[in-house]
Amino acid sequence: MANKDISFAVRRGTVHALVGENGAGKSTLMKILYGVQRQDEGTIKVNGSEVTLHSPSDAIDAGIGMVFQHFMLADNLTVLENVVLGAEKLHGIGGGARAEIRRIAEDFGLDVDPDDLVADLGVGDRQRVEILKVLYRGAKILILDEPTAVLVPQEVDELFDNLRELKAEGLTVIFISHKLDEVLSVADDITVIRRGTTVASVDPSEVNARQLAELMVGSQLPTPETSESTVTDRVVLSMRDITLAGGEGRDLLHDIDLDIHAGEIVGVAGVEGNGQAELVEVIMGMREPTAGTVHLEGTDISDWEVREIREAGVGYIPEDRHRHGLLLEAPLWENRILGHQTERPNVKGGLIDARGAKSDTERIVREYDVRTPSIFVTAGSLSGGNQQKLIVGREMSHASKVLVASHPTRGVDVGAQSAIWDLMRQARHEGLGVLLISADLEELIGLSDTIRVILRGRLTGTFDPDTVTSQDLGAAMTGADGSHGDAPAPADAGGDAAYPDSLTGPALAPSPAADDIEDPR
Amino acid sequence: MTNANLRRALLSIAAPILALFVAFLLTSLVLMALGDPVKDVWITMLSKPKPRQITNIVNGAIVLYLSAIAVAVGFKMNLFNIGVDGQYRVGSFAAALFAGQAWLPGVLNILVAIVVAMVAGGFWASIAAYLKVKRGVSEVISTIMLNAIATGVVSWLLLKVAVRTAGSNAIGTKTIPESSQLEGWKLIPGASNRIYSLLLLAVIVGLLYWFVLGKTRFGFDLRATGSSETAAVASGVKVKRMVMTSMIASGALAGLIGMPLLFGQDHSYGTTFQAGLGFAGIGIALLGRNHPVGIAFAALLWSYLDTQANGLQIRAGVAPELVYIIQGIILFAVVIAYEGTRRLDIRLEQQRVARELAAQRAAVRDQEGAVA
Repeated sequence: MANKDISFAVRRGTVHALVGENGAGKSTLMKILYGVQRQDEGTIKVNGSEVTLHSPSDAIDAGIGMVFQHFMLADNLTVLENVVLGAEKLHGIGGGARAEIRRIAEDFGLDVDPDDLVADLGVGDRQRVEILKVLYRGAKILILDEPTAVLVPQEVDELFDNLRELKAEGLTVIFISHKLDEVLSVADDITVIRRGTTVASVDPSEVNARQLAELMVGSQLPTPETSESTVTDRVVLSMRDITLAGGEGRDLLHDIDLDIHAGEIVGVAGVEGNGQAELVEVIMGMREPTAGTVHLEGTDISDWEVREIREAGVGYIPEDRHRHGLLLEAPLWENRILGHQTERPNVKGGLIDARGAKSDTERIVREYDVRTPSIFVTAGSLSGGNQQKLIVGREMSHASKVLVASHPTRGVDVGAQSAIWDLMRQARHEGLGVLLISADLEELIGLSDTIRVILRGRLTGTFDPDTVTSQDLGAAMTGADGSHGDAPAPADAGGDAAYPDSLTGPALAPSPAADDIEDPR
Repeated sequence: MTNANLRRALLSIAAPILALFVAFLLTSLVLMALGDPVKDVWITMLSKPKPRQITNIVNGAIVLYLSAIAVAVGFKMNLFNIGVDGQYRVGSFAAALFAGQAWLPGVLNILVAIVVAMVAGGFWASIAAYLKVKRGVSEVISTIMLNAIATGVVSWLLLKVAVRTAGSNAIGTKTIPESSQLEGWKLIPGASNRIYSLLLLAVIVGLLYWFVLGKTRFGFDLRATGSSETAAVASGVKVKRMVMTSMIASGALAGLIGMPLLFGQDHSYGTTFQAGLGFAGIGIALLGRNHPVGIAFAALLWSYLDTQANGLQIRAGVAPELVYIIQGIILFAVVIAYEGTRRLDIRLEQQRVARELAAQRAAVRDQEGAVA
């Protein structure tokens, strides 16, 4: 059961935050409110009258609009076209619609030009287009699902200004998040959800982030801190002058120099789509760099195949586990083989060693605390956190030199998150070189020994996690700190940095299906 | 665990039975609408086949089985080899041409001819594989085109090498020497005709298919690529090479389809050689869910329908082509039913996992409570 006995009331003209850890049931609740899923029991009332929501269009009729975490915009259409798509009947598709969009944009302080191409917009602008879309359809209640997950700190501030504007105009905002500082700064009321039920309603002026977090988790919070340094001076992975040409002139990666030492966690911070995915793909051999070399313990592996690189002791935790890490319809023990089809205990000669693989899967399930009734269930039936623990366990069983971890704790619950952090620390302690790519700045600062910033395919800055703040990193990630020599005017750079989104598109966004399978309760 | 297996087994049996039932129902409606004798049709279709017909059913199924396995190899990789029909023609023609020369004695001639058929079928499929890997041409399009080309090429070559059968207009390749003709086995009691000896070939192919796909590293890579290409790439599978290999394997197997006919019945490749076998294989592979045993049942069912339909004209006054309607509806129904049961299975599994985990948690809590 994903939700039970949820009750909360939202006052008109306020920002109401729903907080809860991943897997607490927020998404399910949202699906119910937006008519995607039906509640088994209970009632929903809007303005005092009970409504039944069978489909998103019922929700829209009731004045409820949803802004999804992953934007649903067509890149090759203009803002106007995206907004009217599916709502052509309201104001037509021409001048009337344009005027209406301008009016809404002006009323609510959403600074968007209806004739801009969406492909040219940065992440923050795209989000404004999404908000515009629901306002255009007449929504009076806006639900924003983790709206800040894709934004850098500066963009978050802009979003919050927009939300205050909406509130001032009498609209109601339901804001879902697990980032507590943000919630405290923007919300008028807070409802906490834990294990599918509402556990508390609090006034933001009366709690601090720590208390709120403990309400959310129901216990003490884990923190991503590492103990004393284990960094050695032995380089295990070294990249020199790595360049990867893109399709349209600009390089996806440009002159990357990166050394990872044994026992070191190197964090890479960056706005998504600035070359992180490509960096990983070059290391793993999934893409051939246009120029430059990659060395693994002194051996040139630049033109090795993925399989050779994995056999040589490089573990890989992919950013999108559903697309790259698992066969969702295959049982766990077959997933244990995936990625290590040539290594023991999975194979003997050319044959699959089912017995070996199964008994080792049992070991992984035990040692890495994968919560599953058996190793014969399909990977898709596990929760996100348990899927991730299975992957981490599998990769740690084979990685002897380097671990490449891309967003290792994305979409997993707090329990699994701290377990995965422990495992990363353990890898570091065992002398592995770890490359950690993450959008969670707290995670990067807490775990890394060194933080590098990636911007438009270049490594632009190096920071010491002991002294750096999220704000510093945010500025470096957008190029607003001027660290990047040939960057255009800083104000421009924020938007510019988001361009690559459209270049790498689908690879970045976790598949929408992910959320559906995430929480099987 | 056993519960899950039982559930899965039931679901996978329920789907085709449901499909058969739907086909029965819809066909009856069609017949009724057209004023045809519904009852007579089903009496004819469902009457107990005579021993001679049983032999025909099994023989038909042998050939269809090979065809469906050839298609299934592609399906497992998410490759739609629509070109099995063309590959079958090319393979059969090449083998018949070779075996007809009688360069080798007896059984050796047969074995080498089978290899020739596989090479020829594989070669024909490799054209589509090459186009897909190097130029990104969809294999669906290219194999359909290659089917048409195969028909033309084979007819043209046939004219060059053909000998005319005495007392008939039919032409064909030189008849294979008697020492290489297989007379078949009398397996069905009371039947005057015989089961193809190359039933053996179908059994071997089925076993190999099961073994290679299920038990080998290669098979794992192939299945992984089929179920998630992105995950396969990340796991180190070279997808292009995999496409090439599996397409050629599919074509090589398609080359085998004509072998039971060639050595057990026709003894030459000619204008009367059976057509359309490759297309039937697509449906049978779907119906049998790409499973070696499932395909065997599906092939038998298909062949049964084909054989029983022969009596329709005489006994019910309905054109035997009615069987295509039945087969078509079965396919439609089965595709829909399989997708339905697949989703149901996923949902049930998720619910079960959640339930069992909740039970585990509760048990742990109880224990802790007891200790405290």
